[in-house]
Amino acid sequence: MSLLAKGILKGMAVTAKNFFQSYYRKERLPTVQYPEEKSTITPFTRNFPFLLYDGDDAVDGMRCTACTLCERACPPQCIYIIKDKDEKGKPILRPRIFDIDTSVCMSCQLCVEVCPYEAIRMDSAFELSNENRFEGLLINRGDLLKSNDYYHALNPVEARETDDRIAAKNALAEAKKKARQKKTRLAAAKAKRPPSRLKKSPPAREKPPQPEKSE
Amino acid sequence: MNNFFDLKLVELGRWIEAFFADFPSLKLVVHLLLCTLPLALSFMGAFAFTTWLERKGLARIQNRPGPNRVGIFGLLQPIADGIKMLIKEDIVPERSDKLFHFLAPIMLMIPALIGVGFLPLGDGLHALPLDSAIIFFFAISSLNTIAVFMAGWSSRNKYSLLGGMRAVAQMISYEIPLVLSAVAVIMIAGSLNAQEVVASQQISSWVGSGNILQEFFGRILGWNVFKPWGFAGFIFFFVAALAEANRSPFDLPEADSEIIAGHLTEYSGFKYAIFFMGEYISAFAIAGIGVTLFLGGWNGPVFSGLPWFVLKLFSLFAVMIWIRGTLPRLRVDQLMGYAWKFLFPLAILNIFLAGFYHFIERQWGTAIAMLAGWILGFGALQLAATALSRLNQSPIMRSKRVYQLVE
Ligand code: SF4
Ligand code: SF4
Repeated sequence: MSLLAKGILKGMAVTAKNFFQSYYRKERLPTVQYPEEKSTITPFTRNFPFLLYDGDDAVDGMRCTACTLCERACPPQCIYIIKDKDEKGKPILRPRIFDIDTSVCMSCQLCVEVCPYEAIRMDSAFELSNENRFEGLLINRGDLLKSNDYYHALNPVEARETDDRIAAKNALAEAKKKARQKKTRLAAAKAKRPPSRLKKSPPAREKPPQPEKSE
Repeated sequence: MNNFFDLKLVELGRWIEAFFADFPSLKLVVHLLLCTLPLALSFMGAFAFTTWLERKGLARIQNRPGPNRVGIFGLLQPIADGIKMLIKEDIVPERSDKLFHFLAPIMLMIPALIGVGFLPLGDGLHALPLDSAIIFFFAISSLNTIAVFMAGWSSRNKYSLLGGMRAVAQMISYEIPLVLSAVAVIMIAGSLNAQEVVASQQISSWVGSGNILQEFFGRILGWNVFKPWGFAGFIFFFVAALAEANRSPFDLPEADSEIIAGHLTEYSGFKYAIFFMGEYISAFAIAGIGVTLFLGGWNGPVFSGLPWFVLKLFSLFAVMIWIRGTLPRLRVDQLMGYAWKFLFPLAILNIFLAGFYHFIERQWGTAIAMLAGWILGFGALQLAATALSRLNQSPIMRSKRVYQLVE
């Protein structure tokens, strides 16, 4: 009996504490009154993807190459890509149409993981409701494109990492290109020399340079 | 000065009646209206306020802000809810007993309002000043059971019926400790008249003395809760009242996690609102009679009368809300066992204790009676409670349990 009474009193004390502390302690009343105030968004909040571009012009600086990897990776298949072509019908490496359906996207971030060009990232904007439930919820290329500065404001750490990665990649590509150019130059120089000198030369470490065909 | 509010209200009533002095029959009608209409309206208003209070209180207990959109602090929320209920579709199950389905909420509402009429709200503020008001109150308030069972039966729904059955079992069982704990008070006061019961809860030699301190405490310390038998009786009464009013932790008839909403399952729209209101008003009535019997009614220092009654009533209701925010629902067998095997014998014992107290007081004075009551009387109650809980324990399982599927 006394056990029961003690238990009841203990429980009542707990609820009373919660009741009174909710008036003066923030952690006892964590509700955020949404339309008036918004809860803090951390850099790691992710809700919906957006496309990145460099420089000032959204279309020219677009990083996306329309490789459609994300389209194929997206589990609910809400990305829709059509490649761009110039007037002669030659494909250009960028999408002409890039749509994502907000009502279908499940914020899984797989498109971000899969993109080899760092062209797509997750945005933290969450107020995506719309008056038109068909076209309004289909976000197209123009609205998806956001500048790199926007990304820096959104998540500075990750944005810097991405930039570093891109810079490293560019540097690598540059170095390779230079090396290739050197090799072609070497090969050209070798071709001019008389064949008798060739035998005397030490064996090349690398494979003999081949004429570039691809570029 | 003391009963300022009550006297002014009574005067106001007389003043209005005076306009109809020439028409005796009309005067009677006006008199009846003046007795009943303000009472009914104010208790409906109190109901609206209490729904707000309950939602706010529960919300704060659960660390939420509660309703805060309609009006300041969400105070107009009950009005919004009322409008919502009014414009909702009123769905009646096709194969239900339409007449009784319709009558049940009314059947609940009427006794609740009559019960409220028996409460002495203040000095002279008493809609139905009968000499047997208290016994009448208990008689009327037990009509609730029929209304709830009517709702459960006529809905033609298994959940409703289960809720109705539970309600009948529970309300009839708890009526007994409820009335028995009231008997002690009636015995000591020597009257069934609610006003006299209230008047008996003053220390009369102090109240008239003119000494400010004695005036002040004479109106508090005379309350029955401050007497040993009254304190125990109040606890029994309060527990039984919670069960009578279907309030948590005894809200088994509408246990929403088990049987949807019990007898309310098939009610919607305005009928649901009426049902809801009826339940709240009967809870008010029971809390009010509790205030009258144990908490000194409208007695209180400085300005005794209506304000004190209202204050006590809402405090009691706040405790009910607090309990609702704290305790989980009982099981059916626990509920019935608690009423019959625990509260019932203790309430009977309490009647005897009250009798002894009364005679000791008459023989040797209040001080000795208090001492004996708090020590011996409470000792006896404690002993009885311990013995009862020992007796009620389920037999200890002696043989070792054998699990057949586990080696
Ligand atoms: S966003 Fe990335 S993965 Fe998707 S099409 Fe563009 S480049 Fe390819
Ligand atoms: S976040 Fe997931 S669901 Fe949304 S577009 Fe990217 S891959 Fe598709």
